[in-house]
Amino acid sequence: MRHSSALTALSMAFLLSACNGEGDSTQAHGPDPKLPTPERGLLPTMKIAEPAAWGDQKPSVPEGYTITAIATDLKIPRQTLILPNGDILVAEGKGGTEAALKPKDVIASLVKARGTTPVKGGNRLTLLRDADGDGTYEVKTVFADNLNAPYGLAYGNGHVYVANQDSLVRFDYPDGQTKASGPPTKITDLPGQVNHHWTKSLAISPDGRFLYVGIGSNSNITERGMEVEIDRARVWEVDAQTGAHRAYATGLRNPTALRIQPGTGKLWAVANERDELGPDLVPDYLTSVKDGAFYGWPYSYWGQNVDPRAQPQNPAKVAEAIKPDYSLGSHVAALGVDFSQASMGEKFAQGAFVGEHGSWNRENPVGYKVVFVPFSNGQPSGEPVDFATGFRGTDGKTRGRPVGVTVDPKGALIIADDLSNTVWRVTRNK
Amino acid sequence: MTATARLPYPTTPGPLHATLLAGTVPLFLGALISDIAYFQTYQSQWSNFAAWLLAGAELFCGLTLLFALVNLVRAQPKRGRPVLYFLLLLVTWILGLINSFEHAKDAWAVMPAGLVLSVIAAPLACIATWLGLTNLRTGGAQ
Repeated sequence: MRHSSALTALSMAFLLSACNGEGDSTQAHGPDPKLPTPERGLLPTMKIAEPAAWGDQKPSVPEGYTITAIATDLKIPRQTLILPNGDILVAEGKGGTEAALKPKDVIASLVKARGTTPVKGGNRLTLLRDADGDGTYEVKTVFADNLNAPYGLAYGNGHVYVANQDSLVRFDYPDGQTKASGPPTKITDLPGQVNHHWTKSLAISPDGRFLYVGIGSNSNITERGMEVEIDRARVWEVDAQTGAHRAYATGLRNPTALRIQPGTGKLWAVANERDELGPDLVPDYLTSVKDGAFYGWPYSYWGQNVDPRAQPQNPAKVAEAIKPDYSLGSHVAALGVDFSQASMGEKFAQGAFVGEHGSWNRENPVGYKVVFVPFSNGQPSGEPVDFATGFRGTDGKTRGRPVGVTVDPKGALIIADDLSNTVWRVTRNK
Repeated sequence: MTATARLPYPTTPGPLHATLLAGTVPLFLGALISDIAYFQTYQSQWSNFAAWLLAGAELFCGLTLLFALVNLVRAQPKRGRPVLYFLLLLVTWILGLINSFEHAKDAWAVMPAGLVLSVIAAPLACIATWLGLTNLRTGGAQ
């Protein structure tokens, strides 16, 4: 009996110790982030920033820049595309068809839903037009609807390419069109089973011959079984004409945005790494995507750091894994990337903008902003610089969550915000 | 026997109490067997089964714990079996709770702690059930 009591006390102590916060911790950025030892308390950390309306407030941008909401009341805007005539296409939707597999999934989905919009995804593309160039987008019209959680967008060869959550399609697009002339033509099916990570990111090669599609994993770390991970966590190279594909790079857990680097023509991606290894693991990253490379998921992270949760292990794949180029920090949830241009101003001309949706599983939330990663000689160099902040206020309330970022050649950054269902436009003051 | 009939309370659990108590055995046992299957095959579906069986086991065990508490309060004398029965269920329930949190981890992170806790909890549930169904009182007829 005494033994039982002792055991009970011990269990209680164990339970309580798991409730301790992790205290302050730092976020490592850059090419060689310091990686702490993996940790996971008995209870996972979940911290959802409470949503609130913007009211009179706006995100903060650097001095000399102005931010304006150019479209509101959208139906979950995710990624944007600037068309040759300056019109903006906005992909709106929400995908994913995964079932709850464990009691945890039921609880986690309820908690996470508190940090997202209650609006139903539009499954459509909205076109925004500023005909007179005064910065007010007076036309807001549906370009195409009845899509299936559209996300990645690209333009080339007189077509608008759209990556739905289960297929890659194209619309004929004569310049100046405001409404698609008909339903899209399917180029190829995309892996759409379960869709734990449903977003299919998209980029087009400079010659328009190939489309690159980012396909996220179907789990955090294989907990839904390896069967559903076939053709997941990778970037496909798809022939725009035939729809034939090959795996261009693998082991990228969730490549949420792809862009071609101007000048070099290289493919770059931002990717979201795995959870439940602690507040400072594993860094989400910005990287050039090398043809044929393996980036570790699920067997290892940031090179050869083995993740024992993926079983059976695969030492051969671990040995093959390469490190990404640049750490953005763990759990920032990078969902958008675009390369800058001279028109953005001298300070922000050389580099890439990254939209960070923000963390949900970290005691001190990170992300909830758009950062600028400076480049020199075609490679990231230096710490990320805040570009648009205040999406999560100092009052702990969240007013917006950045997703896609797109540089308008006219000298503006377009930011899609899927919490307040707004498209923001940041311009330099004249 | 005549003395027993005069007791103000029964010495074995009523139908609801008994059902809940006995129900913990297949639930904890099922979780254990599922954990063993996952440990041997790496097929994560077994881990999902274990997590749900554990959730059911915790529900049954938790409700039984309430019956055991009431029994303990009403018992005279408050020593021996009623105490042991209550504490056994309490330990089983707490281990099961910790195990549920373990099973909320992703993929192989459940192992080995999840399996170890199941190995401990399943026999405890069996012993508690055997104790409870045999006699809830110490000293028999008094």
